[in-house]
Amino acid sequence: MTSTQPERRRRSLSLAHREALWAYIFLAIPIVFYGFIRFWPALQSFYLSLFTWHIDPAQRTFVGLGYYRELLENPVFHQALRNTFQYAVITVPASMALGLGIALMLQAVARGRSAFRAIYFAPYITPAVAVAWVWGWMYNYNYGIINTLLIEWYVFLERFGLERLAIDPQRFLTDPNLALFSVAVVVIWQQLGFQVVIFLAGLQGIPRIYYEAARIDGATPWDLFRHVTLPLLNPVIVFSVVITTINALQLFDQIVNINFTDQGGPLNRTLSIALYMYQEAFGRARLGYAAAVTVVLFAIILVVTLIQLRLTQRRVEY
Amino acid sequence: MIASEPTVVRGLRAAEAAPRRRRANLWVGLSYVLLTVGALAMVFPFLWMLLSSFKPYREILSFQILPERFTLANYVEVVTGTAFPQWFLNSLIVAVGTTASVLFFCALVGYVLATLKFPYKNLIFILILSTLMVPTEMLVIPWFVMSAEYGWVNTYWGLMFPGLIPGFGVFLMRQFFQTLPRDLFDAGRIDGVSEFGLFWRIGLPLVGPGLAALGIFAFIGNWNAYLWPLIVGQRPEMRTIPVGISNFSGEAATQWNLIMSASSLAIVPVLIIFLIFQKQIIEGVVLTGVKG
Repeated sequence: MTSTQPERRRRSLSLAHREALWAYIFLAIPIVFYGFIRFWPALQSFYLSLFTWHIDPAQRTFVGLGYYRELLENPVFHQALRNTFQYAVITVPASMALGLGIALMLQAVARGRSAFRAIYFAPYITPAVAVAWVWGWMYNYNYGIINTLLIEWYVFLERFGLERLAIDPQRFLTDPNLALFSVAVVVIWQQLGFQVVIFLAGLQGIPRIYYEAARIDGATPWDLFRHVTLPLLNPVIVFSVVITTINALQLFDQIVNINFTDQGGPLNRTLSIALYMYQEAFGRARLGYAAAVTVVLFAIILVVTLIQLRLTQRRVEY
Repeated sequence: MIASEPTVVRGLRAAEAAPRRRRANLWVGLSYVLLTVGALAMVFPFLWMLLSSFKPYREILSFQILPERFTLANYVEVVTGTAFPQWFLNSLIVAVGTTASVLFFCALVGYVLATLKFPYKNLIFILILSTLMVPTEMLVIPWFVMSAEYGWVNTYWGLMFPGLIPGFGVFLMRQFFQTLPRDLFDAGRIDGVSEFGLFWRIGLPLVGPGLAALGIFAFIGNWNAYLWPLIVGQRPEMRTIPVGISNFSGEAATQWNLIMSASSLAIVPVLIIFLIFQKQIIEGVVLTGVKG
């Protein structure tokens, strides 16, 4: 009797050991992957940003924070930074507001809801490169469908002597004041479906009884939206803001391809941080400097995410 | 007289409810109108792409909406006159290969983190999650340096290695495995099922929906990927479809009709997958907020 107790303990201990051993056997390849492909390169970015680039490590010269000092002064980088923030500031609220509006309307309609949802969602999963070429073609100054329609509209209005209401054909991608906005429209078009889908899921998660209770108390539709829908959607809003902001800060595919012969142009007005990094690293072989750019991008994403989580989570409490 | 009273009451109630119902009907009607207008705006670029892809070169530069005569010449030109078939094959190899790895390893790691007990479990999970905070842009330069050093540039392995075990996939599969009762695996263990068998034969068949969502995301994400393939697949025969399309303007001197045909060929497979797996894709988006 007395001998079985330690024996059992030893056995259970060895079972636990066995389980841990198997866990680490299963995790062996993933641990190597994460160490070698994820963590080591992330650390290496910091390290590379301190040296001039050369294929032979022995020939790299230490510049310390020299590249970061250059970033503080480089006007092209500042332009890329400003543009990137503008992309985020335009596309995130616009796609969220439109997405929420569409989700609310989808909730109201009984028929065709899933068909509508599929149509709005489709652009989100299509390759951004192909999408950018299609929009680039539609935006084309001479042959694009949008300018063609604007001309047709002019001709139509002319018949009634209402030319004043017409809009001139636009240089959507070559007018420095318009190009960033034109790209933002494409991003919103592609991002919208994501917003619709998660807002619709969020709305469907709100118990109907809240609305009925509020309505009995005499709440107007606006009251319902403001005091029931919005507060209960808060977790969805947080989720969406964080994800779409991070995506906006990393814009690359669309910008490269929509204005392919003048990437980031006109006058760097569509240049994003990611494209600037790419041009410096692989166009000019300044990998050390480009690494410094990515470290800054990483810091921005980290700070923006933390601020947003802080700000938006506080509102949940009341 | 007495018999008519209920009717009067009903009439009064109806009069009271009528404005609200009318307002609700107005909202539903307005919703249909606005949703349809919006849907047209969403569909139009796809439609325009397809219409342009069927127009002869001369017609594409004329201000005509519908093609005067439909032609498949652009598609023939893209498939026989360019490296498009090679790019298509490359995209397929990379997307299928990566997806297979993602499914196996993300499920395995998710299973281990959700059901097994071992030291430093939480630390490992947090470390894996922390990789989600690191933007790809920050990794491509070291990846490229690494690839140049080991000869991975212009290889399928080079195109695939960064995406083999994505953190969001581990997170997703862990969520799914956590819903399974631990007793299930203990019972299997008592019955003498091997540790790998517990994962492969007992756990895996029960997380089918998770695997479906993850697999579709991994495939679409890799099919659409651009930044890394652009860097590592430089030689024309190692390009994926997005990289190929973006090099198209140089080759075709902005022959928009060819670009539209190639874009159609890139987009249509994804749309077909979407139509088939709509439910899983939308549920997956709601769950993770990631597109791959």
